[in-house]
Amino acid sequence: MNRIDKLFQTKSGRILSVYFTAGYPEINSTIPIIRALSDNGADMIEIGVPFSDPVADGPVIQHSSSAALKNGISLKKLLNRLKDIREITDVPLLMMSYLNPVLHYGMEKFCRDIHETGIDGTIIPDMPLEIYTKNYKHIFRGYGIKNIFLVTPQTAEERIRFIDVEGEGFLYVVSSQSTTGTKQVFPKKQMDYFKHLKDMQLKNRLLAGFGISNRVTFNQACRYLDGAIVGSAFIKVLENAPDIHTATHVFIRDLTGRS
Amino acid sequence: MNAITVDKEGFYGEFGGAYIPEMLYPNIRELQDNYLGILESPTFRHELQSLLKDYAGRPTPLYFAERLSEYYKTNIYLKREDLTHTGAHKINNALGQILLARQLGKKRIIAETGAGQHGVATATVCARMGMECTVYMGALDVVRQRPNVERMKLLGASVIPVEQGNHTLKDAVNEALRDWISHPEDTYYLIGSVVGPHPYPDLVARLQSVISEELQWQLREKTGRDAPDTIIACVGGGSNAAGIFYHYLNRPEVRLIAVEAGGKGIDTKETAATIALGQTGILHGSKTYVMQDDDGQITEPYSISAGLDYPGIGPLLSHLFRQHRAEFYAMNDDEALEAAHFLARQEGIIPALESAHALALLNKINFPEDHQVVINLSGRGDKDLEVILRNKGITE
Repeated sequence: MNRIDKLFQTKSGRILSVYFTAGYPEINSTIPIIRALSDNGADMIEIGVPFSDPVADGPVIQHSSSAALKNGISLKKLLNRLKDIREITDVPLLMMSYLNPVLHYGMEKFCRDIHETGIDGTIIPDMPLEIYTKNYKHIFRGYGIKNIFLVTPQTAEERIRFIDVEGEGFLYVVSSQSTTGTKQVFPKKQMDYFKHLKDMQLKNRLLAGFGISNRVTFNQACRYLDGAIVGSAFIKVLENAPDIHTATHVFIRDLTGRS
Repeated sequence: MNAITVDKEGFYGEFGGAYIPEMLYPNIRELQDNYLGILESPTFRHELQSLLKDYAGRPTPLYFAERLSEYYKTNIYLKREDLTHTGAHKINNALGQILLARQLGKKRIIAETGAGQHGVATATVCARMGMECTVYMGALDVVRQRPNVERMKLLGASVIPVEQGNHTLKDAVNEALRDWISHPEDTYYLIGSVVGPHPYPDLVARLQSVISEELQWQLREKTGRDAPDTIIACVGGGSNAAGIFYHYLNRPEVRLIAVEAGGKGIDTKETAATIALGQTGILHGSKTYVMQDDDGQITEPYSISAGLDYPGIGPLLSHLFRQHRAEFYAMNDDEALEAAHFLARQEGIIPALESAHALALLNKINFPEDHQVVINLSGRGDKDLEVILRNKGITE
């Protein structure tokens, strides 16, 4: 069974998924970061493939992406580094990339290679549902890769239901109208939106992302949804961390309250 | 009737579409659902036509360049988009889109700009309509196109220098898209070229098609025929080319030539010749030719002309290339500078460096003596004075 589905079968609530940019802060950081996240209780890990033009990302991930590219990482090199990753961890792994590097690599080859690597799902923000369904769904299904779709506060109810029908793995709930980044607290408007989604009784599980940065926002997301995704806040921690393992331990402990 | 047209998903053959993150879906969908209805409504058409005439100064002249024709031994006509209000074809699009934005109930306008011509056009129409205006401009372009930055500020726009990437047009588009993601409800993105997700390429091409609409009757008046033998236009994103090609797309007897910015040469890394060097990819919401490396990362383009300094090209133009409907050439910085200088001295017209790339092609291709060649003089060169003078060694 796909590890994402298995996670949601065995754990309900307070699921933590952590995003980081591959090749940042150092080109060799990827494996140590995955190991640290896995050892310290991250339920799911999103490996970001850096892109030159990340339009959905705020300043922190823009910076980590351009630094990672300067470090010389590429999708090809990343997959090569990840080839023994399943000897290290059983945590579900997602790959997040913009569409152009994936298309350039070849969609069929991409799905085949990430499947062989042991990646369970993908997030490709600029691949709309319609284009996925028409052109690529059969490839993803063929390799058992779950492609995760986003819903936002602007998404109409009818479209949320449509995305829920087509979507697999979970739905990525974009918390607010913004690019990726950090927030200290979610206002009532966001809480109402989370609650509304919960009340819709969708087939997919729901994880909130964009703006989750501390225990307050993590707890707020978990009040109505199945868990949350952090990215920018973790990358900020990595930026200044003398030791990845310790920094990751402290970060996850402070965020979730798990000891 | 029009065989070269966009399908309902926004594709020209293989190119185009709307490759957007879900955050932009409601805005793009709203535009897709409404743009044709609004563009074709009598009130919109009437208002746009009257603004184009009385405010922008249309129709722009079709000028027979006598001395240029004598020199190149053919018949050269210049379509004088440089004579519009604000000095470039960009105003045609800006006027159309601001009326559209108003119709959609938007309050705040954002735009990207390279050379600053689109930024100035947008700031101008925002002032005219009393709407708030924010223009994203690469930090490098802010420096090299300073006169236009001052104009935008005088017109009341906020100009935000973008310091990501190469600090040029591509980065300005990225920031404008991020702004739109963060302000989906009240904001309209007034895009300046035939790029971006559907419906922008079609929307902007339609608004610029006024150029070739006029060209038809102006040529008939001057020559008795409504079509020239050849049309030449420069292309960065491709809006002036799309506009002057538009009514001739399905007339194969008209030779269409697009001139890209070769920068320091297409055999160097410092170039913006997307068709010459690019491959199919996704950039700014559209599938099109894109300059990229072996890993699918978008490469940083270079051209002396800020308006052509873009690593993509409109999907319509990619389609025209793929269908062999248009020919593409690349002219380099020095050739464009030379052509700008030559036009100034021969005809008393200082062209924008963008348009000078189209003029430069006259040194590369010989046209028959009895042919009518139309060149789109898409903008005026005031903004480029410093660069032209410095490079021609005219100033100290």
